[in-house]
Amino acid sequence: MKKILILGGGTAGTMAANRLRQELEPEEWEITVVDQSKIHYYQPGFLFIPFGIYKKRDVIKPRRDYLAPGINLIVSEIDVIEPDKNRVRIKEGGRWLPYDFLIIATGTHPRPQETPGLLDGEWYRSIFDFYTIDGAVNLSHRLRTWEGGRLVLNIVDMPIKCPVAPLEFIFLADWFFHKQGIRDKVELVYVTPLPGAFTKPKASKVLGHMLEEKNIHLIPEFYIERVDPERKVIISYEEEEIPYDLLVTIPLNMGSDVIARSGIGDDLNYVPTEKYTLKAKHFDNVFVLGDAGDLPTSKAGSVAHFQVDVFVPNFLRYIDGLDLLPTFDGHANCYIESGFGKGILIDFNYDVEPLPGKFPLPGLGPFSLLQESVINHWGKMIFRWMYWHILMKGRELPIPAQMMMAGKWS
Amino acid sequence: MSAVLEKVAVNDEGYLLNPDDWTPEIAEAFAKEMGIELTDRHWEIINFVRNYYKEKGQSPTLRQISTGAGVPTKELFKLFPKGPAKKVARIAGVPKPEGCI
Repeated sequence: MKKILILGGGTAGTMAANRLRQELEPEEWEITVVDQSKIHYYQPGFLFIPFGIYKKRDVIKPRRDYLAPGINLIVSEIDVIEPDKNRVRIKEGGRWLPYDFLIIATGTHPRPQETPGLLDGEWYRSIFDFYTIDGAVNLSHRLRTWEGGRLVLNIVDMPIKCPVAPLEFIFLADWFFHKQGIRDKVELVYVTPLPGAFTKPKASKVLGHMLEEKNIHLIPEFYIERVDPERKVIISYEEEEIPYDLLVTIPLNMGSDVIARSGIGDDLNYVPTEKYTLKAKHFDNVFVLGDAGDLPTSKAGSVAHFQVDVFVPNFLRYIDGLDLLPTFDGHANCYIESGFGKGILIDFNYDVEPLPGKFPLPGLGPFSLLQESVINHWGKMIFRWMYWHILMKGRELPIPAQMMMAGKWS
Repeated sequence: MSAVLEKVAVNDEGYLLNPDDWTPEIAEAFAKEMGIELTDRHWEIINFVRNYYKEKGQSPTLRQISTGAGVPTKELFKLFPKGPAKKVARIAGVPKPEGCI
Protein backbone atom coordinates (compact mmCIF):
# COMPACT_ATOMS: atom_id res chain seq x y z
CA MET A 1 0.00 0.00 0.00
CA LYS A 2 1.40 3.40 -1.00
CA LYS A 3 0.75 6.39 1.20
CA ILE A 4 -0.09 9.97 0.22
CA LEU A 5 0.01 12.36 3.14
CA ILE A 6 -1.65 15.76 2.78
CA LEU A 7 -0.79 18.42 5.35
CA GLY A 8 -3.68 20.86 5.67
CA GLY A 9 -7.34 20.22 4.84
CA GLY A 10 -8.24 23.71 3.65
CA THR A 11 -9.18 24.73 0.13
CA ALA A 12 -6.14 23.22 -1.61
CA GLY A 13 -5.73 20.12 0.57
CA THR A 14 -9.41 19.17 0.41
CA MET A 15 -9.65 19.53 -3.36
CA ALA A 16 -6.43 17.58 -3.90
CA ALA A 17 -7.50 14.77 -1.54
CA ASN A 18 -10.90 14.32 -3.17
CA ARG A 19 -9.58 14.45 -6.73
CA LEU A 20 -6.79 11.98 -5.98
CA ARG A 21 -9.24 9.65 -4.23
CA GLN A 22 -11.33 9.57 -7.44
CA GLU A 23 -8.30 8.71 -9.54
CA LEU A 24 -6.33 6.26 -7.40
CA GLU A 25 -7.28 2.67 -6.53
CA PRO A 26 -8.21 2.36 -2.84
CA GLU A 27 -6.46 -1.04 -2.65
CA GLU A 28 -3.18 0.52 -3.77
CA TRP A 29 -3.19 4.03 -2.38
CA GLU A 30 -3.94 5.29 1.10
CA ILE A 31 -4.74 9.02 1.39
CA THR A 32 -4.49 10.79 4.73
CA VAL A 33 -5.19 14.43 5.54
CA VAL A 34 -3.85 16.04 8.71
CA ASP A 35 -5.36 19.28 9.96
CA GLN A 36 -5.31 21.00 13.33
CA SER A 37 -9.01 21.84 13.29
CA LYS A 38 -12.26 19.93 12.80
CA ILE A 39 -13.81 22.96 11.14
CA HIS A 40 -13.49 23.88 7.49
CA TYR A 41 -13.84 27.65 7.08
CA TYR A 42 -15.12 29.25 3.89
CA GLN A 43 -12.47 31.95 4.07
CA PRO A 44 -13.75 34.08 1.15
CA GLY A 45 -16.86 34.63 3.31
CA PHE A 46 -14.96 36.34 6.15
CA LEU A 47 -15.02 39.59 4.16
CA PHE A 48 -18.80 39.79 4.40
CA ILE A 49 -19.11 39.18 8.15
CA PRO A 50 -18.07 42.67 9.37
CA PHE A 51 -20.94 44.16 7.34
CA GLY A 52 -23.55 41.71 8.57
CA ILE A 53 -23.99 40.11 5.12
CA TYR A 54 -22.85 36.70 6.37
CA LYS A 55 -22.95 35.28 9.88
CA LYS A 56 -20.43 32.95 11.41
CA ARG A 57 -22.64 29.93 10.69
CA ASP A 58 -22.53 30.74 6.96
CA VAL A 59 -18.81 30.09 6.72
CA ILE A 60 -18.19 26.97 8.82
CA LYS A 61 -18.71 23.30 8.07
CA PRO A 62 -17.33 20.09 9.57
CA ARG A 63 -14.08 19.26 7.76
CA ARG A 64 -14.93 15.54 7.73
CA ASP A 65 -18.07 16.17 5.65
CA TYR A 66 -15.97 17.51 2.79
CA LEU A 67 -13.51 14.64 2.57
CA ALA A 68 -14.74 11.68 0.52
CA PRO A 69 -15.13 8.31 2.21
CA GLY A 70 -11.84 6.50 1.82
CA ILE A 71 -9.78 9.48 2.94
CA ASN A 72 -8.40 9.35 6.47
CA LEU A 73 -8.60 12.54 8.49
CA ILE A 74 -6.33 13.07 11.49
CA VAL A 75 -7.11 16.13 13.60
CA SER A 76 -3.84 17.19 15.14
CA GLU A 77 -1.23 19.90 14.98
CA ILE A 78 1.81 18.96 12.94
CA ASP A 79 5.08 18.92 14.83
CA VAL A 80 7.77 18.44 12.20
CA ILE A 81 8.29 17.35 8.59
CA GLU A 82 11.35 15.23 7.85
CA PRO A 83 11.49 15.04 4.05
CA ASP A 84 14.82 13.22 4.09
CA LYS A 85 13.21 10.39 6.02
CA ASN A 86 9.82 10.57 4.27
CA ARG A 87 7.94 11.07 7.49
CA VAL A 88 5.97 13.64 9.49
CA ARG A 89 5.48 13.75 13.26
CA ILE A 90 2.15 14.98 14.56
CA LYS A 91 1.60 16.44 18.02
CA GLU A 92 -1.15 14.02 18.93
CA GLY A 93 0.66 11.20 20.70
CA GLY A 94 3.96 12.24 19.07
CA ARG A 95 3.11 9.79 16.28
CA TRP A 96 5.22 9.45 13.15
CA LEU A 97 3.37 9.24 9.83
CA PRO A 98 5.42 7.76 7.00
CA TYR A 99 4.63 8.67 3.39
CA ASP A 100 5.56 7.88 -0.20
CA PHE A 101 4.33 11.27 -1.42
CA LEU A 102 3.75 14.39 0.62
CA ILE A 103 1.50 17.32 -0.29
CA ILE A 104 2.09 20.46 1.72
CA ALA A 105 -1.05 22.62 1.83
CA THR A 106 -0.56 24.34 5.17
CA GLY A 107 -1.51 27.80 3.89
CA THR A 108 -0.55 31.23 5.13
CA HIS A 109 -1.71 33.10 8.21
CA PRO A 110 -1.89 36.67 9.50
CA ARG A 111 0.71 37.52 12.18
CA PRO A 112 -0.33 40.64 14.09
CA GLN A 113 2.39 39.92 16.65
CA GLU A 114 5.02 40.86 14.02
CA THR A 115 4.03 44.55 14.08
CA PRO A 116 4.74 46.24 17.43
CA GLY A 117 1.69 47.80 19.00
CA LEU A 118 -1.05 45.94 17.14
CA LEU A 119 -1.75 43.57 20.03
CA ASP A 120 -0.97 46.01 22.85
CA GLY A 121 -4.28 46.68 24.56
CA GLU A 122 -6.43 47.93 21.67
CA TRP A 123 -6.76 44.65 19.74
CA TYR A 124 -10.46 44.14 19.04
CA ARG A 125 -11.22 47.53 20.61
CA SER A 126 -10.03 50.06 18.04
CA ILE A 127 -7.79 47.68 16.02
CA PHE A 128 -9.21 44.75 14.05
CA ASP A 129 -8.32 42.25 11.38
CA PHE A 130 -10.91 40.52 9.19
CA TYR A 131 -8.90 37.57 7.84
CA THR A 132 -9.75 35.45 10.90
CA ILE A 133 -13.17 34.40 12.07
CA ASP A 134 -12.65 36.11 15.44
CA GLY A 135 -11.49 39.33 13.82
CA ALA A 136 -14.38 39.38 11.36
CA VAL A 137 -16.99 38.70 14.06
CA ASN A 138 -15.55 41.25 16.50
CA LEU A 139 -15.36 43.86 13.77
CA SER A 140 -19.01 43.26 12.88
CA HIS A 141 -19.96 44.09 16.47
CA ARG A 142 -17.84 47.24 16.43
CA LEU A 143 -19.17 48.49 13.08
CA ARG A 144 -22.78 47.99 14.14
CA THR A 145 -22.55 50.72 16.76
CA TRP A 146 -19.73 52.86 15.35
CA GLU A 147 -20.82 56.44 14.95
CA GLY A 148 -18.19 57.49 12.45
CA GLY A 149 -14.69 58.91 12.33
CA ARG A 150 -11.55 58.02 10.45
CA LEU A 151 -11.31 54.40 9.34
CA VAL A 152 -7.83 53.47 8.18
CA LEU A 153 -7.19 50.18 6.39
CA ASN A 154 -3.50 49.28 6.41
CA ILE A 155 -1.71 46.48 4.59
CA VAL A 156 1.45 45.71 6.54
CA ASP A 157 3.41 43.97 3.78
CA MET A 158 3.01 41.82 0.69
CA PRO A 159 2.40 39.03 -0.14
CA ILE A 160 -0.96 38.51 1.57
CA LYS A 161 -3.61 35.93 0.93
CA CYS A 162 -6.46 37.13 -1.25
CA PRO A 163 -4.74 40.39 -2.23
CA VAL A 164 -7.98 41.94 -3.51
CA ALA A 165 -9.87 41.51 -0.22
CA PRO A 166 -8.54 44.77 1.34
CA LEU A 167 -9.92 46.71 -1.64
CA GLU A 168 -13.21 44.86 -1.38
CA PHE A 169 -13.34 45.66 2.32
CA ILE A 170 -12.96 49.38 1.74
CA PHE A 171 -15.51 49.37 -1.14
CA LEU A 172 -18.00 47.50 1.04
CA ALA A 173 -17.31 49.86 3.94
CA ASP A 174 -18.23 52.79 1.68
CA TRP A 175 -21.51 51.04 0.80
CA PHE A 176 -22.17 49.97 4.42
CA PHE A 177 -21.77 53.47 5.86
CA HIS A 178 -24.00 54.88 3.12
CA LYS A 179 -26.62 52.35 4.09
CA GLN A 180 -26.21 53.23 7.78
CA GLY A 181 -26.71 56.88 6.84
CA ILE A 182 -23.36 57.99 8.27
CA ARG A 183 -21.09 58.03 5.19
CA ASP A 184 -20.71 61.83 5.63
CA LYS A 185 -19.30 61.21 9.11
CA VAL A 186 -16.77 58.62 7.96
CA GLU A 187 -13.40 59.22 6.39
CA LEU A 188 -12.05 56.17 4.55
CA VAL A 189 -8.30 55.84 4.09
CA TYR A 190 -6.51 53.03 2.23
CA VAL A 191 -2.85 52.73 3.24
CA THR A 192 -0.66 50.31 1.30
CA PRO A 193 3.04 49.58 0.77
CA LEU A 194 2.28 49.16 -2.96
CA PRO A 195 2.77 52.07 -5.37
CA GLY A 196 -0.98 52.14 -6.11
CA ALA A 197 -4.30 50.45 -5.42
CA PHE A 198 -3.00 47.15 -6.84
CA THR A 199 0.22 45.68 -8.17
CA LYS A 200 -0.53 45.22 -11.84
CA PRO A 201 -0.60 48.54 -13.76
CA LYS A 202 -3.89 48.31 -15.72
CA ALA A 203 -5.91 46.94 -12.80
CA SER A 204 -4.26 49.42 -10.46
CA LYS A 205 -5.44 52.28 -12.66
CA VAL A 206 -9.04 51.08 -12.84
CA LEU A 207 -9.21 50.31 -9.12
CA GLY A 208 -7.43 53.53 -8.16
CA HIS A 209 -10.02 55.44 -10.16
CA MET A 210 -12.81 53.65 -8.29
CA LEU A 211 -11.29 54.62 -4.95
CA GLU A 212 -11.34 58.25 -6.09
CA GLU A 213 -14.96 58.06 -7.24
CA LYS A 214 -16.00 56.65 -3.89
CA ASN A 215 -14.08 59.34 -2.05
CA ILE A 216 -11.64 56.89 -0.49
CA HIS A 217 -8.25 58.41 0.19
CA LEU A 218 -5.30 56.33 -1.10
CA ILE A 219 -1.89 56.55 0.63
CA PRO A 220 0.61 54.42 -1.34
CA GLU A 221 4.18 53.36 -0.47
CA PHE A 222 3.62 53.42 3.28
CA TYR A 223 5.66 50.81 5.13
CA ILE A 224 4.34 50.49 8.66
CA GLU A 225 6.90 49.92 11.40
CA ARG A 226 4.69 50.17 14.49
CA VAL A 227 1.40 51.31 15.94
CA ASP A 228 0.95 53.65 18.86
CA PRO A 229 -2.38 52.34 20.15
CA GLU A 230 -2.73 55.10 22.77
CA ARG A 231 -2.24 57.99 20.38
CA LYS A 232 -4.05 56.01 17.67
CA VAL A 233 -1.48 56.50 14.93
CA ILE A 234 0.36 54.12 12.63
CA ILE A 235 4.01 55.00 12.09
CA SER A 236 6.17 54.16 9.06
CA TYR A 237 9.86 53.27 8.94
CA GLU A 238 10.41 56.86 7.84
CA GLU A 239 8.55 58.17 10.91
CA GLU A 240 5.51 59.39 8.97
CA GLU A 241 2.36 59.16 11.07
CA ILE A 242 -1.21 58.45 10.00
CA PRO A 243 -3.93 58.97 12.63
CA TYR A 244 -7.01 56.74 12.86
CA ASP A 245 -10.09 56.24 14.98
CA LEU A 246 -10.62 52.69 13.78
CA LEU A 247 -7.74 50.67 12.35
CA VAL A 248 -8.40 47.66 10.13
CA THR A 249 -5.06 45.93 9.68
CA ILE A 250 -3.98 43.27 7.22
CA PRO A 251 -1.12 41.88 9.32
CA LEU A 252 2.05 40.38 7.89
CA ASN A 253 1.26 36.98 6.37
CA MET A 254 3.54 34.03 7.00
CA GLY A 255 3.42 30.35 6.18
CA SER A 256 2.86 27.79 8.90
CA ASP A 257 5.31 27.50 11.81
CA VAL A 258 5.83 23.81 11.05
CA ILE A 259 7.58 24.87 7.85
CA ALA A 260 10.07 26.91 9.90
CA ARG A 261 10.49 24.16 12.51
CA SER A 262 11.28 21.70 9.72
CA GLY A 263 13.81 24.05 8.10
CA ILE A 264 12.20 23.82 4.66
CA GLY A 265 10.91 27.38 4.15
CA ASP A 266 12.14 30.85 3.24
CA ASP A 267 12.15 33.88 5.55
CA LEU A 268 8.33 34.01 5.47
CA ASN A 269 7.95 30.22 5.94
CA TYR A 270 6.99 29.60 2.32
CA VAL A 271 8.27 26.39 0.75
CA PRO A 272 10.43 26.94 -2.37
CA THR A 273 8.32 25.47 -5.17
CA GLU A 274 8.85 24.86 -8.88
CA LYS A 275 6.84 27.51 -10.64
CA TYR A 276 5.36 25.38 -13.45
CA THR A 277 5.10 21.90 -11.86
CA LEU A 278 4.34 22.63 -8.15
CA LYS A 279 6.97 20.14 -6.98
CA ALA A 280 9.01 21.25 -3.97
CA LYS A 281 12.35 22.50 -5.33
CA HIS A 282 14.45 20.42 -2.98
CA PHE A 283 12.46 17.19 -2.72
CA ASP A 284 11.30 14.84 -5.46
CA ASN A 285 8.32 13.32 -3.63
CA VAL A 286 6.94 16.52 -2.13
CA PHE A 287 4.41 18.87 -3.78
CA VAL A 288 3.20 22.24 -2.56
CA LEU A 289 -0.35 23.45 -3.21
CA GLY A 290 -2.24 26.60 -2.32
CA ASP A 291 -0.78 29.41 -0.25
CA ALA A 292 2.06 27.40 1.30
CA GLY A 293 4.50 27.84 -1.60
CA ASP A 294 6.65 30.76 -2.73
CA LEU A 295 5.21 31.11 -6.26
CA PRO A 296 4.98 34.62 -7.73
CA THR A 297 1.21 34.52 -8.13
CA SER A 298 -1.73 35.39 -5.89
CA LYS A 299 -2.31 33.45 -2.73
CA ALA A 300 -5.97 32.76 -3.41
CA GLY A 301 -8.53 29.99 -3.60
CA SER A 302 -8.90 30.33 -7.37
CA VAL A 303 -5.18 29.77 -7.77
CA ALA A 304 -5.38 26.67 -5.54
CA HIS A 305 -8.23 25.41 -7.70
CA PHE A 306 -6.31 25.87 -10.98
CA GLN A 307 -3.26 24.31 -9.34
CA VAL A 308 -5.19 21.19 -8.33
CA ASP A 309 -6.63 20.95 -11.87
CA VAL A 310 -3.15 20.72 -13.36
CA PHE A 311 -1.50 18.92 -10.45
CA VAL A 312 -3.73 15.82 -10.44
CA PRO A 313 -3.10 14.67 -14.05
CA ASN A 314 0.55 15.58 -13.66
CA PHE A 315 0.83 13.53 -10.47
CA LEU A 316 -0.75 10.53 -12.23
CA ARG A 317 1.95 10.81 -14.90
CA TYR A 318 4.65 11.13 -12.28
CA ILE A 319 3.75 7.98 -10.35
CA ASP A 320 3.83 6.09 -13.66
CA GLY A 321 7.40 7.22 -14.18
CA LEU A 322 6.70 10.01 -16.68
CA ASP A 323 8.10 13.53 -16.43
CA LEU A 324 6.10 16.33 -14.86
CA LEU A 325 4.75 18.71 -17.48
CA PRO A 326 5.24 22.46 -16.94
CA THR A 327 1.50 23.11 -17.04
CA PHE A 328 0.81 25.58 -14.22
CA ASP A 329 0.76 29.14 -15.55
CA GLY A 330 0.04 31.06 -12.35
CA HIS A 331 -3.60 31.52 -13.33
CA ALA A 332 -5.73 33.56 -10.91
CA ASN A 333 -9.34 34.65 -11.25
CA CYS A 334 -10.77 36.99 -8.61
CA TYR A 335 -14.16 38.55 -8.07
CA ILE A 336 -13.81 41.94 -6.46
CA GLU A 337 -16.88 43.18 -4.61
CA SER A 338 -17.21 46.88 -5.27
CA GLY A 339 -20.28 47.64 -3.15
CA PHE A 340 -23.88 48.59 -4.03
CA GLY A 341 -24.50 45.12 -5.46
CA LYS A 342 -21.77 45.28 -8.07
CA GLY A 343 -18.48 43.58 -8.66
CA ILE A 344 -15.42 43.43 -10.90
CA LEU A 345 -13.71 40.30 -12.18
CA ILE A 346 -10.01 40.01 -12.94
CA ASP A 347 -8.25 37.12 -14.68
CA PHE A 348 -4.46 36.90 -15.00
CA ASN A 349 -1.38 34.67 -14.79
CA TYR A 350 2.40 34.80 -14.29
CA ASP A 351 2.93 36.74 -17.51
CA VAL A 352 -0.30 38.50 -18.43
CA GLU A 353 -1.74 41.21 -16.23
CA PRO A 354 -5.52 41.60 -15.75
CA LEU A 355 -7.05 42.89 -19.00
CA PRO A 356 -10.54 44.03 -19.94
CA GLY A 357 -12.81 41.61 -21.83
CA LYS A 358 -15.45 38.93 -21.23
CA PHE A 359 -15.25 35.70 -19.20
CA PRO A 360 -15.43 32.74 -19.44
CA LEU A 361 -16.87 32.80 -22.98
CA PRO A 362 -14.99 35.20 -25.28
CA GLY A 363 -17.26 38.03 -26.37
CA LEU A 364 -20.24 36.68 -24.44
CA GLY A 365 -19.27 36.52 -20.82
CA PRO A 366 -21.57 36.64 -18.91
CA PHE A 367 -18.91 38.18 -16.69
CA SER A 368 -17.12 41.42 -17.58
CA LEU A 369 -13.41 41.62 -16.90
CA LEU A 370 -11.91 44.66 -15.20
CA GLN A 371 -15.26 46.45 -15.29
CA GLU A 372 -18.01 46.86 -12.71
CA SER A 373 -21.22 44.91 -13.26
CA VAL A 374 -24.16 43.54 -11.31
CA ILE A 375 -23.65 40.03 -12.65
CA ASN A 376 -20.06 39.95 -11.40
CA HIS A 377 -21.47 40.48 -7.91
CA TRP A 378 -23.84 37.55 -8.38
CA GLY A 379 -20.92 35.45 -9.57
CA LYS A 380 -19.29 36.08 -6.24
CA MET A 381 -22.43 35.34 -4.25
CA ILE A 382 -23.12 32.10 -6.11
CA PHE A 383 -19.52 31.13 -5.59
CA ARG A 384 -20.14 30.14 -1.96
CA TRP A 385 -22.52 27.45 -3.18
CA MET A 386 -20.04 26.35 -5.84
CA TYR A 387 -17.26 26.19 -3.26
CA TRP A 388 -19.07 23.73 -0.99
CA HIS A 389 -20.96 21.75 -3.61
CA ILE A 390 -18.59 21.58 -6.57
CA LEU A 391 -15.01 22.50 -5.70
CA MET A 392 -14.74 20.91 -2.26
CA LYS A 393 -16.52 17.79 -3.49
CA GLY A 394 -13.79 17.25 -6.06
CA ARG A 395 -16.05 18.03 -9.03
CA GLU A 396 -14.75 20.10 -11.91
CA LEU A 397 -15.81 23.61 -12.90
CA PRO A 398 -16.20 24.16 -16.65
CA ILE A 399 -13.38 26.70 -16.68
CA PRO A 400 -9.99 25.85 -18.20
CA ALA A 401 -7.12 25.73 -15.70
CA GLN A 402 -4.84 27.70 -18.00
CA MET A 403 -5.59 31.35 -18.65
CA MET A 404 -7.03 32.19 -22.08
CA MET A 405 -6.28 35.30 -24.10
CA ALA A 406 -9.42 34.93 -26.22
CA GLY A 407 -12.03 37.53 -25.39
CA LYS A 408 -9.53 39.99 -23.91
CA TRP A 409 -8.11 43.17 -25.28
CA SER A 410 -5.16 45.21 -24.15
CA MET B 1 20.91 62.31 -18.54
CA SER B 2 24.48 61.29 -17.85
CA ALA B 3 26.64 59.94 -20.67
CA VAL B 4 26.84 56.50 -19.00
CA LEU B 5 23.07 56.09 -19.03
CA GLU B 6 22.61 57.16 -22.64
CA LYS B 7 24.22 53.95 -23.82
CA VAL B 8 22.18 51.40 -21.86
CA ALA B 9 18.71 50.06 -22.59
CA VAL B 10 16.12 50.57 -19.86
CA ASN B 11 12.40 49.82 -19.58
CA ASP B 12 9.75 52.51 -19.19
CA GLU B 13 10.29 52.60 -15.43
CA GLY B 14 14.04 53.09 -15.84
CA TYR B 15 15.19 49.59 -14.87
CA LEU B 16 17.96 47.95 -16.93
CA LEU B 17 16.55 45.64 -19.57
CA ASN B 18 19.55 43.36 -19.29
CA PRO B 19 21.14 42.93 -15.83
CA ASP B 20 24.40 41.92 -17.55
CA ASP B 21 24.79 45.45 -18.92
CA TRP B 22 25.34 46.68 -15.37
CA THR B 23 28.55 48.43 -14.33
CA PRO B 24 29.43 50.28 -11.12
CA GLU B 25 29.34 53.50 -13.16
CA ILE B 26 25.72 52.83 -14.06
CA ALA B 27 24.94 52.34 -10.37
CA GLU B 28 26.57 55.69 -9.56
CA ALA B 29 24.62 57.41 -12.31
CA PHE B 30 21.24 55.94 -11.23
CA ALA B 31 21.96 56.85 -7.61
CA LYS B 32 22.82 60.38 -8.58
CA GLU B 33 19.49 60.70 -10.40
CA MET B 34 17.74 59.68 -7.19
CA GLY B 35 19.81 62.10 -5.13
CA ILE B 36 21.65 59.32 -3.30
CA GLU B 37 25.39 59.45 -2.70
CA LEU B 38 26.72 55.90 -2.53
CA THR B 39 28.75 54.98 0.56
CA ASP B 40 30.39 51.63 1.43
CA ARG B 41 27.23 50.67 3.28
CA HIS B 42 25.17 51.30 0.13
CA TRP B 43 27.57 49.14 -1.84
CA GLU B 44 27.27 46.26 0.63
CA ILE B 45 23.55 46.22 -0.05
CA ILE B 46 23.89 46.68 -3.82
CA ASN B 47 26.30 43.74 -3.96
CA PHE B 48 23.97 41.65 -1.82
CA VAL B 49 21.09 42.37 -4.19
CA ARG B 50 23.16 41.54 -7.28
CA ASN B 51 24.31 38.24 -5.77
CA TYR B 52 20.79 37.40 -4.65
CA TYR B 53 19.51 37.97 -8.17
CA LYS B 54 22.30 35.87 -9.67
CA GLU B 55 21.50 32.99 -7.32
CA LYS B 56 17.72 33.06 -7.30
CA GLY B 57 16.82 34.70 -10.59
CA GLN B 58 14.58 37.23 -8.86
CA SER B 59 15.04 40.50 -7.03
CA PRO B 60 14.81 40.40 -3.22
CA THR B 61 12.00 42.05 -1.31
CA LEU B 62 12.65 44.52 1.47
CA ARG B 63 12.34 41.78 4.07
CA GLN B 64 14.72 39.52 2.17
CA ILE B 65 17.31 42.28 1.93
CA SER B 66 16.97 43.07 5.61
CA THR B 67 17.32 39.45 6.78
CA GLY B 68 19.76 38.40 4.07
CA ALA B 69 22.17 41.33 4.27
CA GLY B 70 21.64 41.80 8.01
CA VAL B 71 20.63 45.44 7.67
CA PRO B 72 17.76 46.75 9.84
CA THR B 73 14.77 47.88 7.76
CA LYS B 74 14.96 51.31 9.34
CA GLU B 75 18.51 51.77 8.08
CA LEU B 76 17.48 50.64 4.58
CA PHE B 77 14.92 53.45 4.53
CA LYS B 78 17.64 55.93 5.58
CA LEU B 79 20.02 54.72 2.87
CA PHE B 80 17.43 54.44 0.10
CA PRO B 81 14.48 56.65 1.12
CA LYS B 82 10.95 55.97 -0.16
CA GLY B 83 10.92 52.36 -1.25
CA PRO B 84 14.37 50.87 -0.62
CA ALA B 85 13.70 47.53 -2.35
CA LYS B 86 12.74 49.20 -5.63
CA LYS B 87 15.48 51.82 -5.50
CA VAL B 88 18.28 49.43 -4.71
CA ALA B 89 17.03 47.06 -7.44
CA ARG B 90 17.24 49.83 -10.01
CA ILE B 91 20.70 50.91 -8.83
CA ALA B 92 21.88 47.28 -8.80
CA GLY B 93 20.65 46.79 -12.37
CA VAL B 94 18.16 44.01 -11.55
CA PRO B 95 14.40 43.97 -12.29
CA LYS B 96 11.89 45.72 -10.06
CA PRO B 97 10.96 43.29 -7.29
CA GLU B 98 7.65 41.58 -8.07
CA GLY B 99 4.74 42.76 -5.98
CA CYS B 100 3.82 39.09 -5.51
CA ILE B 101 0.10 39.35 -5.92
